[in-house]
Amino acid sequence: MYDTGKIIFGIVIFVLFATFPFYSNIGKVSAKPEPKLDTPVIQQLAEKKCVESKEFMKVEHMQLLNEWRDSAIREGRRVYINSEGKEFKISLQNTCMNCHSNKKEFCDKCHNYAAVKPYCWTCHIEPKEKQL
Amino acid sequence: MFEKALVGSKRYWTWVIVLLAVIGIGFITYLQQFKLGLGITGLSRDVSWGLYIGQFTFLVGVAASAVMLVIPYYLHDFKKFGKIVILGEFLAVSAVTMCILFIFVDMGQPMRIMNVILHPTPNSIMFWDSVVLGGYLGLNIIIGWATLHADKKGTRPAAWVKPLIYLSIPWAISIHTVTAFLYAGLPGRHFWLSAIMAARFLASAFAGGPALLIILALIVRKFTKFDPGKEAIQAIGKIVTYAMIANVFFLLLEIFTAAYSSIPGHTHPFKYLYFGLEGHARLVPLMWASSILAIVSIVLLVFPSIRKNESMLALACIALFVSLWIDKGFGLIIGGFVPNMFEKVTEYWPTLPETIITISVWAVGFLILTILYKVAVSVREETAGIELEH
Amino acid sequence: MSMDRREFLKIAGSSTFLATIGIGAGWILSRPGEFLEASQFLQTKELLKAKQWAMVVDMRKLKTEEDYKKVIDACHRIHNVPNFDNPKDEVKWIWLDTFEHAFPGQESEFMPEQMKHKPFVLLCNHCENPPCVRVCPTKATFKRKDGITMQDLHRCIGCRYCMAACPFGARSFNYRDPRPAIKEPNPEYPTRMIGVVEKCTFCEERLAKGQMPACVEASNGALVFGDISDPNSEVRKILNTNYTIRRKAELGTRPVVYYILDIPTSVVPGGEGNV
Repeated sequence: MYDTGKIIFGIVIFVLFATFPFYSNIGKVSAKPEPKLDTPVIQQLAEKKCVESKEFMKVEHMQLLNEWRDSAIREGRRVYINSEGKEFKISLQNTCMNCHSNKKEFCDKCHNYAAVKPYCWTCHIEPKEKQL
Repeated sequence: MFEKALVGSKRYWTWVIVLLAVIGIGFITYLQQFKLGLGITGLSRDVSWGLYIGQFTFLVGVAASAVMLVIPYYLHDFKKFGKIVILGEFLAVSAVTMCILFIFVDMGQPMRIMNVILHPTPNSIMFWDSVVLGGYLGLNIIIGWATLHADKKGTRPAAWVKPLIYLSIPWAISIHTVTAFLYAGLPGRHFWLSAIMAARFLASAFAGGPALLIILALIVRKFTKFDPGKEAIQAIGKIVTYAMIANVFFLLLEIFTAAYSSIPGHTHPFKYLYFGLEGHARLVPLMWASSILAIVSIVLLVFPSIRKNESMLALACIALFVSLWIDKGFGLIIGGFVPNMFEKVTEYWPTLPETIITISVWAVGFLILTILYKVAVSVREETAGIELEH
Repeated sequence: MSMDRREFLKIAGSSTFLATIGIGAGWILSRPGEFLEASQFLQTKELLKAKQWAMVVDMRKLKTEEDYKKVIDACHRIHNVPNFDNPKDEVKWIWLDTFEHAFPGQESEFMPEQMKHKPFVLLCNHCENPPCVRVCPTKATFKRKDGITMQDLHRCIGCRYCMAACPFGARSFNYRDPRPAIKEPNPEYPTRMIGVVEKCTFCEERLAKGQMPACVEASNGALVFGDISDPNSEVRKILNTNYTIRRKAELGTRPVVYYILDIPTSVVPGGEGNV
């Protein structure tokens, strides 16, 4: 085989590069994120329920937000009737964040854990949080 | 064939490394722009397109000009272009790549570039521009590579290449027509609102692009064993001459309409560019430099006795290229924005970061060009002496 | 079965290519459209409806500097419009300029001084045939059913083609991060981000709540808002009884912001009757 040395050297570099995320995180323990739901508004709710079921929101909230966004901006439909027939005003800043006024303890918890950076907050103003 | 770009003289590698260094500096500067926004450029609310879009427009012309070699060679069987046509096709590849990069660096939200494809909008000329530019890039890569590959093996290109070559002819015309339509259909921008815009674009393209090609061919001949052919270069020189005269003629038509009609909206941009308006005259020296260089180049080109001297031809081509670069890569865009929609003058001048990014995009183009030409020249050096027949 | 290297690479290459396209297409097609069958999107009950919203600016009713300031502040404050204090990066939705700049070509040396110097209130004309919408390559700016020329800032790629196309200079680009230039952000309305183009939206978010645009509300009757396709609307009544002009109507974009000029009554006999 020609250039055996070069090829092996290349493979070693590739393997080191490709496995970087694994060895660079060895020994670091990341706790499972537990977003907090204890905001004053949520605590006062009679039925502690989001616009859809918890299971649905966990998996699909990003799609739901996209649908909300397109509906409000592009079609001018700013009311959401959920699968149980309940009405909600479509607004990230004024509806979602009204209950979830703890962005750091709610949104950021999972987003940081999953290393996703949604760009919602470059435009939408996050709620003022009380220093704990 | 690509392996030919990986072996080369010390001079070749020095050039490549210099280009890479310039690209690196530009990339770092671009990261700055990416973070801070286009506020680091000289662009403003009133002059919202500038150097980047000017370069884009100019380079679409350079890309389209490959057709000036393809038509004589493939349609009229003008054999003398046999060796040089590949240089034209690869120049087109490099130019279109620069066009796409200039659009990219001009965007406020470049990460959303796929929106143009995800939400296709046929009523937008920009949508069509992205379609024709992408298509033209593909066509030239495929055609250039296939014909060169055939040359290497000393055979004819495969049968499927011919239809693509014929398709590339109207396609080249289309890329510059569509680019002209970006400007020529906007209400309220009187400077651009002119039916001759596309024709003028094509004329300037068929002068500027082939002029650059002559310069490149002379450089290639000087530094390699590959000779594109003296007669081929002279033939391109004739194309450049006619196209440049047509271009200047079209510009004079525009000036006549504006000046004789005296309609303020039509005259003001010309006044601003050539004499200054309301005390603002930043572009005046540049525009006159462009005019003088245009005249110089035409004088040098129009007399066959001067044109036949290759150093004079090179000089004429450089003068012409610079003239058109100023006129189309700068004045044409800025003139559309000055005066603004309120008949007020806001001037524009590129900033340092903007200039660095612009130079480094050119460096990317030159790097692509260098690599492609290296491949083409190496193949041609190997097959030197073998008569080509497509 | 035997196969040379070239053949193998051809098959491998083309199948990878096809698979990529297939997966990509599958992904796009399988994206949830209406993924919750029972859910619905509706308009608000309070929404003010129209076929084509329009505005009349009655220049006679704008008198003091305070009158102008109230109108502009009302808009810029609630919409988090930044103030950069330099014309290069400037963002504005509603602003002032003189007659000769608002109506270039219409001015005359000898027009009444009062008209020459009095600032006009300028904003997006929400054209019926908007060039900005025509040129946008992503449909980020579009025409709503009620005639508002709207933009979807989530989709804008910042190419600024709309700024080149708008004959009214109504569009602003975010050359810099707007956040630091907003003094008191309105927490109920988003800001914008670097690299998108913005403009007046005729307060569509207020129309959804049954409210008039903020500038209209703050104008003390100088700005009148209504449905121009409804013959009984207030704007139509005003247009029927007053001489109005529009900016650059000759370009065919059909702007729907009309201006009643403040002509000194001595010039137009009976002009008083209009006040």
